[in-house]
Formats: sequence, structure tokens, C-alpha cells
Amino acid sequence: MAQVELSKISKSYDGSPVLQDIDLRIDDGELVVLVGPSGCGKSTLLRMICGLEDITGGELRIDGVVVNHLPPMQRGIAMVFQSYALYPHMTVRGNMAFGLKIQGAGKAERDTRVVAAAKALHIDHLLDRLPRELSGGQRQRVAIGRAIVREPRLFLFDEPLSNLDAALRVKTRIELARLHRELAATMVYVTHDQVEAMTLGDRIVVMHEGRIQQAGSPLELYEHPANRFVASFIGSPTINFISATVLSANAERVGLLLQGGTVIDVPADGGQLQVGARVDVGIRPEHMAPVQGNAPAPSPDVCRFDGEVTLVEQLGESHLIYLRLWDDVELVARSPGHTQVRIGDRIALRAQTAQLYVFDSDGIACRRLSSEVLEAA
Amino acid sequence: MNQFSHPARRAASIGRAALVHMTLGGYSLLVLCPIVLVLLNSIKTRAGIFDNPLGLPTALTLTLSGYVKVLGNAAMGHMFLNSVIVTGASLIAILLLGAMAAWGLTEYGFRGNRLLSLFLAFGIMVPIRLGSVAILQTMVALNLVNTLTALVLVYIAQGLPLAVMILSEFIQQVPQELKDAARCDGVGEYRIFFQVVLPLIRPAVATVAVFTMVPIWNDLWFPLILAPSEHTQTITLGVQQFIGQYATDWNGVLAALSLAVLPILMLYALFSRQLIRGITAGAVK
Repeated sequence: MAQVELSKISKSYDGSPVLQDIDLRIDDGELVVLVGPSGCGKSTLLRMICGLEDITGGELRIDGVVVNHLPPMQRGIAMVFQSYALYPHMTVRGNMAFGLKIQGAGKAERDTRVVAAAKALHIDHLLDRLPRELSGGQRQRVAIGRAIVREPRLFLFDEPLSNLDAALRVKTRIELARLHRELAATMVYVTHDQVEAMTLGDRIVVMHEGRIQQAGSPLELYEHPANRFVASFIGSPTINFISATVLSANAERVGLLLQGGTVIDVPADGGQLQVGARVDVGIRPEHMAPVQGNAPAPSPDVCRFDGEVTLVEQLGESHLIYLRLWDDVELVARSPGHTQVRIGDRIALRAQTAQLYVFDSDGIACRRLSSEVLEAA
Repeated sequence: MNQFSHPARRAASIGRAALVHMTLGGYSLLVLCPIVLVLLNSIKTRAGIFDNPLGLPTALTLTLSGYVKVLGNAAMGHMFLNSVIVTGASLIAILLLGAMAAWGLTEYGFRGNRLLSLFLAFGIMVPIRLGSVAILQTMVALNLVNTLTALVLVYIAQGLPLAVMILSEFIQQVPQELKDAARCDGVGEYRIFFQVVLPLIRPAVATVAVFTMVPIWNDLWFPLILAPSEHTQTITLGVQQFIGQYATDWNGVLAALSLAVLPILMLYALFSRQLIRGITAGAVK
């Protein structure tokens, strides 16, 4: 198994930069997920780690050795592709054994390793079939099997689940997590699906416009997003933003005047903020709840939003309530499935200020001080 | 219930099918007629050929004398062999070099790549026969006149441009991820070409094989000017020896022609299943 280090990695095509200043350290046995919208450079980065794309600048080290100019094979890497990329004219056995054969492994050894991997993935009864005779899920397993038999130091996955249907995707995701535990292998996994990222990753690297926005554990990204982009990328439905003006700010509290006139007090590190500056306040849908009855005016720790319900999406276990506050501001809230709300109702939503996020005019987050407090409570 | 349930629609669909079949049938007839005529007359006596060229052979006119003459002619076998050698060698070289060139031009971006592709495409547009004089001079200078090598070289030049163009088109359709997967497996570039790419474009290779093989086998021009000597004549050229200035041995000519068609027909049958796949590839996927 391997430890991978990327320092100051960059990539440009004909002078136009695609990736810049990528610094990342992947520990032995870790599963790191690269996530971001399409075009953010995550697949390019993966292909650079693999050795399929040249590295324009910076150093890539695997187990301390610079591998910038080594071909994929010598880096000890196996990759699973989005389209599976099985050799159509070879049987499953042939597909899985091809790499070993090139490496010069004997027939007996090839057979043992292929059968062992096939058993682990429950495809041992398919060994003599051709890829076109397999279902999507089976092909996916063969592609993973082909990676496993090589016993690589590092596994790379390029959106391996995106060609599967929803049910199969969940199942395969769970199996991948199990596989990662069993093999204790170092893995890098690229996806644009944040649920995959959150559930699979030991660590998530959020990328946008060729740069790493933030790297951290799933909960860290959720609780302490570094900027507006990460906050809006992690979480479903997407976080709501309301603009506000800074009334007062210190290292422990930020006093804000929300658009619409509400004054609130958020426990966050406002050291970087100027009084009078415009900021954005982020509120996650799951942190808002409808106010029951005619509750009295809110305390400074609770803020309240009045508006008209424009849409209710019923998911069963919860409702998504779309509430229009003013002409151009709409909030989404997640409330329990038994809530009685209809389109056109005028209702109020409340949220604890401790659960809000504050982003300055450049989109950089003010460090939240509340989550530890909330967890302790 | 289905598209044929309505009588009017059913009639229309039958009418359409009939039209298509009539067109195809008519065209087939047009193409097959001369061949059938050659085959029929090759087993008739000289008198039978001239009295009733379109008629079936009767008990009176039926004869295999043409075939006996041709097969008994030792030189004929030799010419046959020459044709097979020239066509075979050219075909193998064109397919191998053409596929490799196509792979190189599509897979690797190098300086002059576009220019080279354009140069090869130019070869499709300009008929090679325009250069006959220059080719002859070159062959004389190289001392290759009256050798099969001269023919093979010319045919390779003639066949390569089209082969490169068609095969490039197909190689481009081989998914990038497949090549990447092979590179991850540590497969060398030559092996990727021979063991991953080539098996996938087999239908295209068969298509190119048929397209190149037929004109080479049937060519009269270059054998006539580059290798007309007795021991290097190809079958197409050799048949001419039955056509005299004053008297033509039609039995011999027709029998030799019939025999000359056979090998190409066999090869075509061999490739045709792949050929159809090659032509329809991509259309039904």
C-alpha cells in the first residue's frame, strides 16, 4: 500500500491553466474522494496521478519517490474507468488476466489470482463470458476485479458508479466501502455525486475551477466549509443564502442586520469582518423548522422568517418547503413528514443562530464557534 | 396491434417493399449479367458462342475444351501464382502499414501530423496512373522492371491512402478509456495496437481488404507496363494471350476469365460477413 503526495501540482493545455497549486497528501490506506462540478479538473488530476496525463508542474511522489515521468504500470496503479473499459473481445478471465500476463506472471499464478478476485466479487461463474453478455453491474465488478488482481499500491476510481441505475449504485457503493475496508488499500475516488463522496470518503477534497477549495472529513466539510462554494456543494438540498450587513464583529460573535430587517447575533469568528460590510448568511434547510402557532417574538439566538409557501415536495420521511420571503428571496426548509403545510399558506420558519454560517464578501467563511457547543449540549 | 394491422397501411408497406426489392433485384441483374454470360459461354463451343451468344449450352454446343486448354497450359498456372503472390503481398503490406499509419496519425499528436494526413488524402484524389511514366523510369533505374516486386510496390502505394483514411475513421471510434485501461495494465504501445485496437477494427480491416484486393487482382495497366515478361505476367494480363490479332480463342479467354474470378470470389465470401459489419458499424449501435 502506498502514501501519495502531491506538491504544487499544476496542469495546463497550450498555456491555459487547468489545475493550479494542488497540494494534497494521501495517507496509507486512506480513501480520498475528489469531488466537484464537471469541468473542475478532478478527472484530469486523477489521470495525472495515474500517469495518463503529463504533469505540467510540481511533483507527484508515491511512497516518497518522485514518479512524474513513470508510466502507469511502474507507478503500481490500477484504475477503474467510468465506462468500465473492458476489452470487448476478451472473456472476463482474459480481461482480468491481461495485465498479469503482460507483467509476465505464469499461467498458474494468473489463474489463482483471477479466481480469488472473482470469488471475492461474486463473479466466479461469469469467467468465461464476454463483456457484452454481462449486465452493467456485472461489468462494473469485472472492472474492479481487473484492478484487484494486479495487487496495486494505489487504486484510482473515475466515477465508477455513474453508469449504474440508482438502486444498483447504492448497492455497489456499499460494496466498495466494504472492499476498501477488507483490502485496506489506498484509494482515490472521483465523483460529482456528493452523497457518494460523503458516504465513501475518509477524506473529501472539494475542487472548483482547477483548485482545491477544501480538503477534510465529510463532517468537517459540512460543519466548517471553508467558503461559499463548499457550503453550497455539500448538503442536499443546497444551503440557503440571505444577504446581511455587519453591525458588529469580534472573534466570538458577529452581529448582523439581515435583509428584511431582522437583527441577529451569530457565534462565529468575525475577526476578518469590517462593520458595515456586506456578508452572506447561510442556513441549511435541515436547520429550519416551521414555527408552531403564534410564537412570541424570537430571542437573539433564534431568527424567524415569515413568508408564503410556493411549493411543497413530499419525500415521505420529510417535506421540502419552499418559502418566498420577498420577491427575489426564497428559502428551502426540510421539515418532518407529518407537517401540515399547503401551497399558498403563510407560515414562519425558525432557525437557531448558532447553526448559521457567515461568509464575507469574497465568499470566505467565518469560523463557526457553535458546533462544538451544540454537540456538547 | 402492430403496424401491419390496417389493410391500407399494409398494402402501402408491401408496395414499398416491392419497390425496394425491384430496384435491388434490377441492379443485381445488371451486375450479374456479364458474369453469367462469361460463365455460360465458357462452356460452349466456338460455334455455339457465335451462333447464339445469349443461349444456354445445348447438347451440341456444350464443351469443356476451353477449360482443358487453359488448365493444360503450364504458363497459366504460373500466371495464377503470380497474381496470388502480387495480390497477397500487396494486401498484407497495405493492411499492416495502413492500420499502423492510421493508428499513429490518430493516436499521437506530433508535429506535421495534419500535413501527413493531408498528403495521404491527396493520394486518394490523384490517380496513380498519372505517374505511370515516372514510375516506369524509377523502376528502370532501380532495375526492378519485370519483377513482381515492382508491382507490389506500386500497389502498396496505390492502396495505402484509402486504407489509412478508412482505418483512421474506425480507430477513432475505439474508446479512449480502453486504450487508457491497457496503458494502466502496462501494455506497450505496439501491443495495444495489435492486441486491443486491431481486433476491434477487424470489420474495417476486412472492408479495406475487399476494396483494395479487387482492383489489384483485376489490374491490367501496371502488369502490362512494368512486368509484361512471360514469367512475371499476372492472370489478367495472361488472358490476353488468347486474344490474337487475327483470331481470338474465345473458349480460352472465357474459361481463363471464369477461373480468374474464382479466387477473388472466395476471398470475398470469406470477408463479406465482416464487410457487412464494417459498413453498418456505428449505424445500429
